[in-house]
Amino acid sequence: MINRSPYISDAPSVGAIMLKVLLALVPGVVAYVWVFGGGILVTIALASATALAAEAVMLKIRKRPIRPFLTDYSAVTTAWLLALAIPPLSPWWLIVVGTLFSIVIAKHLYGGLGYNPFNPAMIGYAVLLISFPVLMTKWPAALQLAQTKLGFIDQLQFIFSGTLPPQTMLDAVTSATPLDYLKTQLTLKQDISTISQAPIFGAFGGKGGEYVTGAYLLGGIYLWQQKIITWHLPTAFLAALAAISGIFWLVDSAHFASPMFHLFSGASIMCAFFIITDPVSGPTTPKGKLWFAAGAAVITYLVRVYGGYPDGVAFAVIFMNVCVPLIDTYTQPRVFGHEK
Amino acid sequence: MIGLALGLGALLGYAALKFKVEGDPLIARIDAILPQTQCGQCGFPGCKPYATAIAEGRADINQCPPGGDAGVRALADLMGMEYKPLNAENGTEKPKAVAFIDEPVCIGCTLCIQACPVDAILGAAKHMHTIITSECTGCELCVAPCPVDCISMVPIAETPENWKWKYPTIPIKPVMTL
Amino acid sequence: MNALVNLTQLIKTAKEIFPFHGGVHPPENKAQSTQLPIGELALPEKLVLPLRQHVGNIPKVKVKIGEHVLKGQLIAEAEGAVSAAIHAPTSGTIMAIEDAIIPHPSGLPDRCIEIKPDGKDTWIEKTPQNWRGADRKSLVASLRLSGIVGLGGATFPTHIKLRNDGKSGVHTLVINAAECEPYITCDDTLMRERADEIVKGIEVAQYLLGAENVIIGIEDNKPEATAAMQAAVAGTNYLVKIVPTLYPSGDARRLVHLVLGTEIPHDKRSTEVGLQVFNVATVLALYRYFEFGEPSISRIISMTGNVQQPQNFEVLFGTPLLHLVAAAGGAKADTSHYIMGGPMMGFALPDENIPITKAANCIIAASPRLFEPPPPAMPCIRCARCADACPVNLQPQELYWFAKADNFEKANDYKLFDCIECGACSYVCPSNIPLVQYYRYAKSEIIAEDKAKEAADLARERNDFRLARIEREKLERAQKHAERAAAQKEEVAKKALENTNKDVIDNALEPNIHAGAGDAQKDAKQAAIAAAIARAKAAKAAAGQGDAPKNVTDADETVKKEIAEIDARRKEVGLIDKPATEKPAIDTGIDIDKQAKITAAIARAKAAKATADAAKLSEN
Repeated sequence: MINRSPYISDAPSVGAIMLKVLLALVPGVVAYVWVFGGGILVTIALASATALAAEAVMLKIRKRPIRPFLTDYSAVTTAWLLALAIPPLSPWWLIVVGTLFSIVIAKHLYGGLGYNPFNPAMIGYAVLLISFPVLMTKWPAALQLAQTKLGFIDQLQFIFSGTLPPQTMLDAVTSATPLDYLKTQLTLKQDISTISQAPIFGAFGGKGGEYVTGAYLLGGIYLWQQKIITWHLPTAFLAALAAISGIFWLVDSAHFASPMFHLFSGASIMCAFFIITDPVSGPTTPKGKLWFAAGAAVITYLVRVYGGYPDGVAFAVIFMNVCVPLIDTYTQPRVFGHEK
Repeated sequence: MIGLALGLGALLGYAALKFKVEGDPLIARIDAILPQTQCGQCGFPGCKPYATAIAEGRADINQCPPGGDAGVRALADLMGMEYKPLNAENGTEKPKAVAFIDEPVCIGCTLCIQACPVDAILGAAKHMHTIITSECTGCELCVAPCPVDCISMVPIAETPENWKWKYPTIPIKPVMTL
Repeated sequence: MNALVNLTQLIKTAKEIFPFHGGVHPPENKAQSTQLPIGELALPEKLVLPLRQHVGNIPKVKVKIGEHVLKGQLIAEAEGAVSAAIHAPTSGTIMAIEDAIIPHPSGLPDRCIEIKPDGKDTWIEKTPQNWRGADRKSLVASLRLSGIVGLGGATFPTHIKLRNDGKSGVHTLVINAAECEPYITCDDTLMRERADEIVKGIEVAQYLLGAENVIIGIEDNKPEATAAMQAAVAGTNYLVKIVPTLYPSGDARRLVHLVLGTEIPHDKRSTEVGLQVFNVATVLALYRYFEFGEPSISRIISMTGNVQQPQNFEVLFGTPLLHLVAAAGGAKADTSHYIMGGPMMGFALPDENIPITKAANCIIAASPRLFEPPPPAMPCIRCARCADACPVNLQPQELYWFAKADNFEKANDYKLFDCIECGACSYVCPSNIPLVQYYRYAKSEIIAEDKAKEAADLARERNDFRLARIEREKLERAQKHAERAAAQKEEVAKKALENTNKDVIDNALEPNIHAGAGDAQKDAKQAAIAAAIARAKAAKAAAGQGDAPKNVTDADETVKKEIAEIDARRKEVGLIDKPATEKPAIDTGIDIDKQAKITAAIARAKAAKATADAAKLSEN
């Protein structure tokens, strides 16, 4: 007989919420497999296993109960997001190192679930990007574009042994990402209309990649419909990204890509629905969510256009994570019966 | 330049007059943290003298058992000092209690009345004394002077009136250990 | 004019609903207890009436053990400003006035009056009042004897809410019939069965407040009650407003917002914005008090949950819980405990052997099947579902953080005290955090801290006063000494001068003994010294036993006067509640005074003699 009202509850468990997030990622993964081959499944499995093992060990070390925290699926979610962010043709150790960094450093050393100030997947991604820039930018070309098509077995072999089938060069199966390509070409004084003639560009974003992005969008809408996320973060992120890219594009469409391109290439959609919506490292007030997402979008754009890395999502999110306490403090909603 | 200097000087002078602080605010602020038990366990004849001593650096911040751990923390905060545990020489933190006079035993010597720092004992010579419970600070200063040992300290009982909701303790039990 | 504006405004907003932020939709579970009409209970074996049944001071017991009381007889009278009376719910004998477990979350015992019914249920002579057109002030004053408190669960004494200085400015009376909490149906059945009486009660309340408009707010899940109320208000200008079912719409401030769109400021009472809110059961009690002279001795309670036949009953206050449970067919085998109130805001009763009080609107028999024990709490993931559910638009996740860390100052900054403890936040928390419990804990601690601070301030003041008094006494004593010394010196000097003069005359007569003058002068000095010593002795004698208590035995009049003053002041602030201790103090004062006067007189006499002796000495 515990004296704690209310005695009834109607809330999904943390685990149920995380499972829905994973479910929402499934269309994206399916599209990913279709576009880039089945290697991603291996990457996801490897990252998930590493994350669970790391989580269990850390919980043990920190003398926390293991089962409730393993079954909250937060570690698996982190693993999936990281796996989907890094190139699918990455060696196994890269995945393991990234996941370990996410779970051990970014999550548990800050106090575990609920206490991490930064998005663990983004920390893992940023560390890999800074430490292994070459590997992290070797994206396979969409299967439809690749001169040599790698089968699932070939991808598996590459991930674990780093070897490709005979007579196949790595460069033959990888290509620059559209964002990367755009950036390089712009420095070569090409203008957008010429650049976008390149085969890697699809209707809106990168060829193939845009389908994956579209699938993420579907998943994201599912999350919103399931009330796992509110409209604030994705809407504000995409709107701000469209707005800032639109301004630049209107001013000089020869040197700045269209808003459509920015929305559908890189990790924009993924970020809007799955990355910045991480509740632990994000703001909690409705207004704060708008500011947070808009800030992340602006930084993402600036890194894309002026920064040293092709995509700025990870840095934008990490930077905005730092601002969360400030944002929350200054965006407190008006309490009933109070002036302000 | 000179005009600016003069102007600012005048402003400062005005501010000094306008916002003049009466007395030593530090002593008052320390005194506000102290529990006002007036028990003298700190080694000073009351809370204010102890506050003065802290302000003047003559006393440490961990000499007030009735203020307890929370009191030391508040003082450390105010003084910008490192927290330190209560000095055991001054006594230990006890649950709050009030003095109780066993009235049939009381001989009416008035010694406790003189000892009480807050005039919380009522009575006259050769007549039974009684404690005004609501004003007793629980300093225990009246206990020692009583020649017939009729004063005891009674911990304040918990009633529905003063009952407090407890800190929720719902432990996360290890369900399974891997 | 004002009334007209309000009325038009009211008509304009007749259908309009002004939703509040948040809210939740828990399963209603109301149908179980509305199958049967309100039931009557047989007289129980005994009735136990806790004195603490309402907000405010506990009332003063007016009966003795063994006394026979009649139904409706006042057995405890309201004490102080905020308090309510208690009446005997039936005729019988007072068996005990002692501590017993009361229905309170603390599970602590408190003072109760136990009555053994004589089975006759004999009413005391009732004094109905014709309230129509009567003086409002005296009507409200008479309510102090009614024992009526807010029956919605808040139990605030009703006479205070109706206190009307003639210009209360209350223009709109809101009747709370929302009954938003799951399981509870006492107001629902009451409206279905006694809508006419409720409307008459509303008329009473409206008259007492001088309110022009009346709005009755009912949740849309009570169509029968709504129909009954609509029929009953026909011919009046009362407005029945149907509000959507959304917990906690029955919270007074939420309901006012729902029906009027008025947000009562957090630091104001509803009357300050011209509104007053009463529960349907409360206005019915008002009606019965004035119309029939019946004080508050019973209420309707939903007995529901894990019992054979959930039902609403009219229950006498003091009825043992198990008597009520038995009337509902008894509890099912797996019943683990009982909850008083609803499942959102109620509390687990500490014991089965507790009485029903004015606050009890619902008793739920609980079982692990009905109310699953909560899974272990997980860390907060800041999902802010609680913030979305909070009807006050607080940030529960922040409050939780501060309460958990004992950071009460911050919790206060984030408006902890605006929390109504409705439980909506906990209800939606994926991590099963007992949020409300944290808030209650933090509130308790802050209140206790404030009280301690008040006590410390009082102690500081009293200590300062005491130190100042001691200082002043010292000064006064010193001054008196100085005065007396001066007087004595003068006297001695005068005498010495007289002597000297005499000497001079003597000298003139007998020049031979001229040298004698010097001697005489020396003698005078010696005499003065001797007198001083004698005076000191006398003073010591006057002070009684030397080191005896200074506060009373000291024969000083000013000090005595001061003590009397202090006592008077203490009495004024109610510190002396035992005149028995005060009286001897005064008597003693007189005795001591006399004694001291005698001693002082003796001392003075001695001193005078000493002075005289000294003078004589110098004469020789």
